[in-house]
Amino acid sequence: MLQSFKMALKSIWGNKMRSFLTMLGIIIGVASVIILVSIVNGYMSYMVESFTSMGVNRITVRYTALPSRSIDVDEFYDFYEENGELFESMSPNVSVNVTVKHGTDAMEQTSVTGCSEEYLDIMGYELECGRNLLYSDMAARQKVAVVGAYVASELYGSLENALGETVKLNGDGYTIVGVIERQTEETSDFSDGCDDDFVWLPYSRAVKMSRNASITNYIFTSRDISQSGTCTDTLKAFLQEKMKSDSLYSVTAMSALMDSLNEQIAMMSMMLGGIAGISLLVAGVGVMNIMLVSVTERTREIGIRKALGAKRSVILQQFVIEAAVTSTIGGIVGIAFGSLASVGIGTLMGIDAPPTATAVLVSFTVSVGIGLLFGYAPASRAARLNPIDALRSD
Amino acid sequence: MTEAAGKEKEPLISLRGIHKIYYMGDEEVRANDGIDLEIREGEFVAIVGKSGSGKSTLMNIIGALDVPTDGEYCLGGQDVSDMTDNELAEIRNRMIGFVFQQYNLLPKLNLLENVELPLLYAGLDAKERREKALASLERVGLKEKWRNYPNQLSGGQQQRVSIARALAGNPSLILADEPTGALDSKTGREVLDFLKKLNEDGNTIVMITHDNAIAVEARRVVRIHDGQINFDGDVKDYAAIL
Repeated sequence: MLQSFKMALKSIWGNKMRSFLTMLGIIIGVASVIILVSIVNGYMSYMVESFTSMGVNRITVRYTALPSRSIDVDEFYDFYEENGELFESMSPNVSVNVTVKHGTDAMEQTSVTGCSEEYLDIMGYELECGRNLLYSDMAARQKVAVVGAYVASELYGSLENALGETVKLNGDGYTIVGVIERQTEETSDFSDGCDDDFVWLPYSRAVKMSRNASITNYIFTSRDISQSGTCTDTLKAFLQEKMKSDSLYSVTAMSALMDSLNEQIAMMSMMLGGIAGISLLVAGVGVMNIMLVSVTERTREIGIRKALGAKRSVILQQFVIEAAVTSTIGGIVGIAFGSLASVGIGTLMGIDAPPTATAVLVSFTVSVGIGLLFGYAPASRAARLNPIDALRSD
Repeated sequence: MTEAAGKEKEPLISLRGIHKIYYMGDEEVRANDGIDLEIREGEFVAIVGKSGSGKSTLMNIIGALDVPTDGEYCLGGQDVSDMTDNELAEIRNRMIGFVFQQYNLLPKLNLLENVELPLLYAGLDAKERREKALASLERVGLKEKWRNYPNQLSGGQQQRVSIARALAGNPSLILADEPTGALDSKTGREVLDFLKKLNEDGNTIVMITHDNAIAVEARRVVRIHDGQINFDGDVKDYAAIL
């Protein structure tokens, strides 16, 4: 057995070019499996991460208030407190359509939202300076506002300058108590309507400004993403009880979007894995081809060995081991190459794409398996050669 | 010595009514058509015949490379006539040392590894293999060159390596197929002398050749014609009819 390995290595070394070309097929096959799977995995976790920062645990609730039937903010707060084990935070969400002004400067596209003090956590933003809205601001209907970085820098020159300044909404002056740190990364994104172009004020003020009787939009966040199904069901039960008709309300969980995203990514991963698998298969056919050539080329050698007393099993073993060693070496080089390349490409794409253990294991097993499988047919052909015919060949 | 005495009675090679029939298309070719032959231990027999006479077929059968269509072949008391592939491989490995016209050394192995091959297939361990192979190379005077590869040697030297390989496993029979065919007359002479010396040392040698000048170097000549033996006798009688 050991002797067979030595012989296999010798024969591989003796036909460097041919062995290298055979291995190249396997190297490319294995490396592409690893690269594709790792990149897709890396991309997937990147997506999940960015979705989480966007708030996958968010559940938005909207209902249509009727003159006869509506739900008070306090009822929502009661519900929220009763189900504290399910929900992490909650905020009313009142969109107000007003122009934001400071002196003669006006901002048309700024989104103005009435919300609670928990809105900051829900959005996952951080304060740049100043303070967040407070519960007391809600209760006292304070004319205070927290503004985004774009509003602050457009109207007041810089983020710090905005603190303590007054911003005019619908003619009323609101004192800016806090500025949120910048969310956009690119300079070109820092423009009207961007993620930094917003004003938050206490929902109790906003609802007055909007001239609606009740607040119909709320945002909840679940404590645990896996519990988001229970959360939506609980919310639906609450709304059903109050509104009596499911056409009057809707509950949308972000995690449902996430699920479909995951599904798509899994499909993409399968598809790319399949393509890479085909390249492995092609590599296997390459191994078979080379082994067949090798058997034909070495017919005389096989004849000599058989004349000297080599049994079929010994010849079979020699060629199978040779095929297996070739594909194993190719597989190892492919793993090394694929791992390096996937880290490299990951870095270029700005994602973390370490080679996954599964990809390494599967592609290695498949490459060795292919070597054995496709090496077997030529090997058994070699083993069955008639020594007389084999000796006669040139 | 009782064993040797026993073998004296029983011939090493015993062929009875050997037929080998090939079919080329619809045509039946009787390559061996009823051959009876006995060769005793210690003989040096030349099997001579023109090309197409059936001598190569006979060599394949004697060499356990092939089995006869009909007839009985006993080698060292064992019936080889209808052995399986693997059994034949074992017989070849244990009982027969081949010397081929084209030497048939493996070009990618050095001399030692080449000579070790039959020992490897006999299942000997590395140390024993090396010892025996080196001893065998010493007998042909090429021990010092064991690291060399066949293509670094002259034709005569390569043929000596192949004789060393044939001797390595201490077989009962040396089967030489046109051993001088690829050599010039001087080195051919050397190889013949070496075979003679081996025979004097007690080895049984069967040599296949088409050349009467080579055949007369043996001690007994068997001539094949159209698949049948038409002469079998002492070399002196053979030389007389030439």
